[in-house]
Amino acid sequence: MIADGEGLPRDLPVHPEQSFSALLRARGAEPRWELPAHAGDLGLSEGTTVLAFRYGDGVVMAGDRRATAGSLITHRRVQKVFAADDFSAVAVSGTAGVALELIRLFQTELEHYEKMEGSRLSLDGKANYLAAMLRRNLPMAFQGLIVIPLFCGFDPYDGTGRLYSFDVVGGRYEEIDFAATGSGGREAHMYLRGAFRPDLHEADAIRLAVESLVVAAEEDSATGGPDLRRDIYPNVVVVNRDGYREIDDDAVAAVSRAVMENTP
Amino acid sequence: MTVPYYVPPEQLMKDRAEFARKGIARGRSIAAIEYADGILLVAENPSGALQKISEIYDRIAFAGVGKYYEFEALRVAGIRHADLKGYAYAREDVTAKGLANAYSQSLGHIFTQDVKPYEVEIMVAEVGLEPIDNRLFRVTYDGTLYDERRFCAIGGQDEQLIALLEERFVEGAPLNDAIRWAKEAFDAVEERDIAPDGWEAAVVDRTLGRRTFRRLGAEELAGA
Repeated sequence: MIADGEGLPRDLPVHPEQSFSALLRARGAEPRWELPAHAGDLGLSEGTTVLAFRYGDGVVMAGDRRATAGSLITHRRVQKVFAADDFSAVAVSGTAGVALELIRLFQTELEHYEKMEGSRLSLDGKANYLAAMLRRNLPMAFQGLIVIPLFCGFDPYDGTGRLYSFDVVGGRYEEIDFAATGSGGREAHMYLRGAFRPDLHEADAIRLAVESLVVAAEEDSATGGPDLRRDIYPNVVVVNRDGYREIDDDAVAAVSRAVMENTP
Repeated sequence: MTVPYYVPPEQLMKDRAEFARKGIARGRSIAAIEYADGILLVAENPSGALQKISEIYDRIAFAGVGKYYEFEALRVAGIRHADLKGYAYAREDVTAKGLANAYSQSLGHIFTQDVKPYEVEIMVAEVGLEPIDNRLFRVTYDGTLYDERRFCAIGGQDEQLIALLEERFVEGAPLNDAIRWAKEAFDAVEERDIAPDGWEAAVVDRTLGRRTFRRLGAEELAGA
């Protein structure tokens, strides 16, 4: 697609609305999956449970590490929670191959905008853009390649963390307290409904995130709980006034062990 | 039948070069200086909104002098080139060398083919994982590509700036020293003290993580 020596793209002048995706489309390089109906038969990997909720300083987001195809475990160390940019995070459930490409495109898109304009998109702007990407993905959703993300970030304008959930048609729903999606999403959601408290401290918020995933893993075979034997733990991140931060594996491991000991 | 008026190609190129050089000579200069952790880019720029120095990619910065809309178009094209390449392959495959070559191709093409050449001179700076891997390229209005080391300057007063930086430069100096040298050199060339908020400066610094580009504020420059 790009080779040294061919010069720069000469499709000037610049249109302010020209996004990175538009650039890819113009070059016929936008990611597309053309499939016959019932792509479910292909045995594609599905990513499962992810969740996000507000805590005292911002938002916490977490995801299990398992990918499945039917009743098979296809991957044990999948990452489903990512930095969208320095002040927001995105997590995905659904067809893993499509979802991971969608994230990569979304990350590139945000950075592209930031460099072009010299300022970041607003948090609402980022959520709307992600919704538009899902809308474009709708024909693939009909073929069984469904992707459902969660998005959260810190809004510098009102000084709080905010989170959004989505559906396949690109519906964008801002959530007040918590959201969860994926095969174990319902269990995680139910658990959060009982255990969630506003204004938790960071340590308590991380523990609640891990507990919710453990509960989901107990009930849903497609969700992987902390794997103490293989040293595989959920991905947990926080976004607050200081930006996006991944909680390191050792800290999550310690919390996971404590939670597992107390799980009946 | 009218006979087309013949202009020898030497003359044509000379006229174009002279035209471009005149435009660039009017613009204020930009200097780039390597320091211990990266590369510093400094310009005198009273406008806080219209920038001459900007981020292209994780480790790559861009600076341009001359006509604003022309180097702005080059900046935008550079970001597209870098983002497309990084998305198609991997982030570490985007290099200053590839980008500078692309700029060289484009400017060379514009110089010979377009109605008028671009009145710009640009710089592409890349901070390496080690100081030895730093890259500093300069591309002129006709697409000529220069590979620089230690420090370089573009714009109307480039030669005086380089002479002044030559006297001061020390390998592996801290950022504050590099800022001081740049300020001294610009003040000497302009023969006046440039106001504290009259600067535009940024670094690509290898200690800053994935995205190494950072703008320097007025206080930071004044405190150096």
